[in-house]
Amino acid sequence: MDVLNLGTKAAEDFIREVEKLSGQKLANCYQCHKCTAGCPAAYTMDLGPGRIMRLVQLGQEERVLTSNTIWVCASCLTCTTRCPQEIDVARVMDTLRILARKKGFKGDKDVPIFNEVFLANLRAHGRIFEPTMLAWYNLKSRHFLKDALKGPVMFFRGKLPMFPHEVREKASIERLFSKAEGGEKK
Amino acid sequence: MRYAYYPGCSLKSVAVEYDAALKAVCEKLGVTLDEIDDWACCGATPAHAVDRFLSVALPARNLATAQKAGNDVMVACAACYNRMKVANHEIATDGALRKEVNEALGTDYDGGVKVLHLIEVLVNGIGIDKLKERVTKRLDGLKVACYYGCLLLRPPKVMHFDDPENPTSMDRLIEVTGAVPISWEFKTECCGAAMGIARTDIVHKLCGRILSDAKNRGAEMIAVACPLCQSNLDLRQSDVEKDLSREFRLPVLYFVQVLGLALGIDAKSLGLDKLIVDPIPLLTQKGVI
Repeated sequence: MDVLNLGTKAAEDFIREVEKLSGQKLANCYQCHKCTAGCPAAYTMDLGPGRIMRLVQLGQEERVLTSNTIWVCASCLTCTTRCPQEIDVARVMDTLRILARKKGFKGDKDVPIFNEVFLANLRAHGRIFEPTMLAWYNLKSRHFLKDALKGPVMFFRGKLPMFPHEVREKASIERLFSKAEGGEKK
Repeated sequence: MRYAYYPGCSLKSVAVEYDAALKAVCEKLGVTLDEIDDWACCGATPAHAVDRFLSVALPARNLATAQKAGNDVMVACAACYNRMKVANHEIATDGALRKEVNEALGTDYDGGVKVLHLIEVLVNGIGIDKLKERVTKRLDGLKVACYYGCLLLRPPKVMHFDDPENPTSMDRLIEVTGAVPISWEFKTECCGAAMGIARTDIVHKLCGRILSDAKNRGAEMIAVACPLCQSNLDLRQSDVEKDLSREFRLPVLYFVQVLGLALGIDAKSLGLDKLIVDPIPLLTQKGVI
């Protein structure tokens, strides 16, 4: 049986932190689980979005930030659209992903790697250059042959460029990334 | 009519045919597109999963450039369209974030540039009746499943695009051509989107449900408005067929390619040769090409 520590300072701090970053009033969730009912990825989540909402209400930081739920959420926004209490559930999921990354919690191996190589690619070129982005993903995730047969199919149809389309003023992109990395952010 | 055009990364790579088709159709209809100068990636899904500031500042950089040029922005990728409208909303409603973004960009952007999707430009800007007059090649009887996906519609309070549960704007465009938009259940269900790389299994499962429903209801083709939906349903269709031991062979076209055919634009200019599931046999059988 799981024992939950409720009302501790750590639990209270976590609740406030999620509320501040997401701009959502967590207590408004009355646990109807409509979010889970409509969630296309719920079948592969260890906790449905509705249970994540409940555990966040209870300040259960570790349970929430180590769940695979926040990583297999496809950001389709069905939960946000249908919540009868008008809670932006997808925004809470974003907030939890941001906190998990910041605090070093691991709930999934591959999705954070994809996010990382995507943004590194964007930072380098200003636009996404798929060939190197996908190659880095395969290397870092150690799925070396992932989509190895799809690449040529795309390439020979002219759907994968040979060279990146670089942004002219890359310094402006770098400024945004540097700012995101340092200092207090929203 | 003149718009600031934001293609986004996909339309320069995996979705080159979307870019080609919309340019051919806009040219035919007298819509001028000026590509936003030195545009950069909108950040897509990874940016908002990692950092809120970045997810707003990246689209804002493009919007601020467009504001100087003075025209409304036209976007075709549903994901870029979503991120731009969300960025506008956040900038208009969060003063502290607006200040931070403008400081970093050296701009004075207020979130006020109007962002339109290509569907809106065609349905509201040009109009269904005008489009009907321009049809030279009717696609009578072709059964099309119009697939909207997630990001055009949600969150409805920000997107204001169409009915979030039963949208009809793309259906009305397809109807212009004489094709028949079918009634089906998966118009707005997610295809797995950005999970395509890291969790391909999820995409296979969700696309399997979408393809199955379209096929079960007699669709001969799927029309889409998003490069992610297109590549998940088209590029990965053969894998889904293996998973489900079922043959679909459903061509997945951008809605503007279907419209382009009806306007008499040739298959090559519409980039139909770029699609993985070849639509040519179906279109030949229907007497379209």
